[in-house]
Amino acid sequence: MLRLDEVTVRFGDRTALDAVGLDVAERETVCVLGPSGSGKSTLLRVVAGLQRADSGRVLLSGRDQAGVPPHKRGVGLMFQDHQLFPQRDVGGNVAFGLRMHGMGRSAARARVAELLALVGLPGAERRAVTTLSGGEQQRVALARALAPRPRLLMLDEPLGQLDRSLRERLVVELRGLFHRLGTTVLAVTHDQGEAFALADRVVVMRDGRVAQTGTPLAVWQRPASEFVARFLGFDNVVPATVRADAAETAWGKVALPAGTSPDADRVLIRPTGVRLTGPGEGLRCTVEARSFRGGSGSSVTVLLRPESGPALEAACSLREAPEEGAEVGALFDPAEVVPLAG
Amino acid sequence: MDLTRREVAAPRAPLGGGGGRGGGRSDGRSVWVRLGLMAVPAAFFAVFFGYPVAAIVGRGLREGGHWQFARVGQVLGDPDVLHVLWFSLWQAAASTGLTLALALPGCYVFARLDFPGKRLLRAVATVPFVLPTVVVGSAFLALAGRGGLLDEWFGVRLDTSVWAILLAHVFLNYAVVLRTVGGLWAQLDPRQEEAARVLGAGRLSAWRRVTLPALAPSLGAAALIVFLFTFTSFGVIQVLGGPRYATLEVEIYRQTATLLDLPAAAVLTLTQFAAVAALLAVHAWSVRKRESALSLVPADSTAHRPSGAAQWAALYGVLVPTLLLLLAPLGVLVERALNGPDGYGFAFFRALSAQSDSATFVVAPAAAIGNSLAYAAVATLIALLVGGLAAAALTRRAGRLVRGFDALLMLPLGTSAVTVGFGFLIALDEPPLDLRSSWILVPLAQALVGVPFVVRTMLPVLRAVDVRLREAAAVLGASPLRAWREVDFPLVRRALLIAAGFAFAVSLGEFGATVFIARPDRPTLPMAVARLLGRAGEMNYGQAMALSTILMLVCAATLLALERVRTDSAGEF
Repeated sequence: MLRLDEVTVRFGDRTALDAVGLDVAERETVCVLGPSGSGKSTLLRVVAGLQRADSGRVLLSGRDQAGVPPHKRGVGLMFQDHQLFPQRDVGGNVAFGLRMHGMGRSAARARVAELLALVGLPGAERRAVTTLSGGEQQRVALARALAPRPRLLMLDEPLGQLDRSLRERLVVELRGLFHRLGTTVLAVTHDQGEAFALADRVVVMRDGRVAQTGTPLAVWQRPASEFVARFLGFDNVVPATVRADAAETAWGKVALPAGTSPDADRVLIRPTGVRLTGPGEGLRCTVEARSFRGGSGSSVTVLLRPESGPALEAACSLREAPEEGAEVGALFDPAEVVPLAG
Repeated sequence: MDLTRREVAAPRAPLGGGGGRGGGRSDGRSVWVRLGLMAVPAAFFAVFFGYPVAAIVGRGLREGGHWQFARVGQVLGDPDVLHVLWFSLWQAAASTGLTLALALPGCYVFARLDFPGKRLLRAVATVPFVLPTVVVGSAFLALAGRGGLLDEWFGVRLDTSVWAILLAHVFLNYAVVLRTVGGLWAQLDPRQEEAARVLGAGRLSAWRRVTLPALAPSLGAAALIVFLFTFTSFGVIQVLGGPRYATLEVEIYRQTATLLDLPAAAVLTLTQFAAVAALLAVHAWSVRKRESALSLVPADSTAHRPSGAAQWAALYGVLVPTLLLLLAPLGVLVERALNGPDGYGFAFFRALSAQSDSATFVVAPAAAIGNSLAYAAVATLIALLVGGLAAAALTRRAGRLVRGFDALLMLPLGTSAVTVGFGFLIALDEPPLDLRSSWILVPLAQALVGVPFVVRTMLPVLRAVDVRLREAAAVLGASPLRAWREVDFPLVRRALLIAAGFAFAVSLGEFGATVFIARPDRPTLPMAVARLLGRAGEMNYGQAMALSTILMLVCAATLLALERVRTDSAGEF
């Protein structure tokens, strides 16, 4: 459906996209995940034709899009802050793309009503967009982008400006919607939760390059590099010398899962894989801080200062969490240890 | 007249990814589009501004194929000329200072206090700005001149002193400060001042350290505009200056029209030109400095009803004198127009349509109304076309060229209108541009003055249109032209109407250039007023007042119609 081939975009001496390759299959939802400044939005702009690539090719349905202006690409783009047309009402916004494609008035009206019902705003045609809440604007923007049945729908930080509970609800709704409609979706976000909940496949970007591609589960379980691991929120990373089934680290000897590649030069230990025991056992640590995370497991993150090596985070339940200043021992669960390269 | 605000409200760049937004298609093409848009305004200004001004300067300073620069020294060494230059400068400075001093309290009241009738009052305060200067002159004559209201009641006459001129200038320019400074003030976040108060600053000290610095650039801009307008003041001085007071503009008129001393007029034109160019350079510089980030909030959220004796006192203490200053001259004008030889009535108005037997008018004065409206309508169309294209070209602020073009468009505001008018006569009198006897000459000259207003009104609005709205339209299938029509045009339409209104009012009141080029049998309203005032006799005086009243009503009606469509987001003027 969509293929990016070695696409490079430079702004002055800054390279926003550096030979990026990407494939999105028909009916697939792909989420590009990365910190701000990693080139995510530029990627969407290149596909939409709003930004010229300095080199490389963008193919839609196998056809090279070089020289094809944005209005002839047949893609949909939902902007980060929606960009609803302020002088038009909700119906006028949703109908815009239909009018541009020459759809008749009555057919367009029916389609607008259908879409507004689909996004959960039935009968909102006459409302002014300035009176909408953030979540409603979001839905109108989505309906507007979907209306002309784009072959590819692109979403730029689709839920970025919404509050947490609304975001979590909408992610689920969106995923259901895209599956029902069979839409091909390319979304970008800096929020891993959003990406994991929405996507069939996740592409992690760093400084204009693709750092890792895979299913949400694969990326979560096997971050390909320290950057990806840290971006996903894992800070228990330490340089390591890998030998057979164990690694030498500043935290002592860490058992590795079977089949670890010998290229790995550091290891990640998930906080859930750090088990706390008495001070006589395992790595000796002092509890530096503990912060309550809430959630259904009443989980607590405990920040440990080991006798050697960098700080270590451990996750445990509220009941088991040691007091600040306590001396504890840390044991590592091999199943939660991930070897990393680079 | 909000000269500052929109500069700070440029579309915010999206967060995250990518830099150069809006650079969608190849930059080479957009440069060509921009140059293409500039072509018409540039040609218009070259032919109808640069060429006539150059022609009159050349005519004055060249003799027998040689430049006569010695003339410059001769004219500038003349004590009379120095006197005129000195007067132009100091009266402009005094007028500016007085306007700021009187208008600043008004800015506070309009920005921070809520009171009934605020919108109407703001509209009323703007009426003088669009009034023809000749009308303002005659209104102050009726108020403070010989046999004027103050003369009758208190035996006070101001027309022999410079005070009448200064007050008329304050009257005219009050709205410039109110709109520019007050408009920004209303959008300043009051919490900034509150933060200073919490940090231990007193009320006055918080204002001085937080609000004043934020207002300073717009204060500077307003002062500059007022200075520019008063420095080149013509109509007011013609009517109120008498034989004692003359600005450069009036002197240029006297040298060309009365004394026929073209070289002197040319030197004076160049002198004024240099002064104005220097002022505009300062303005451009201050505009650039103003493009700093301010914390702005919607204007309607910052005002509150007065509370406490001090705020009520401030409200009345400001509103009463302001209303007196703004309404008294207009009221007296109407009173004089109605106070006929046989008591109050419409005698003077009726006389306007009578054919005069004297040589002053070839046609009845009332005919001037039709002439003026027709000329102003055509001038408005020209100004909208030229100014609209220029504003479109300037939308993307980039490069020295564009900034220079921007400053160039402001130049007619500060150039001697008299020079332009006379330049039209001597420059556009031979093929291929033999327009001397054409009626289009008058609207062309009037459009020159209207263009800067159109540009200043349209530009901030055009710049405020988020490029991503255009991109959203493109992605939804709109071609660039279609996107402009669907997205930009509806947003700009309002500003376009306002620009049209200002261009119309300004064209209607244009006097300096029109007085040269309008044919005697087709006078405009300001010309007819000036002619009537120039003649002795109660009948002529009364008719001048009647005609001024009509002109005032037309301008006020235009403005009030505008006030209905205007929002705070529209334009700098």
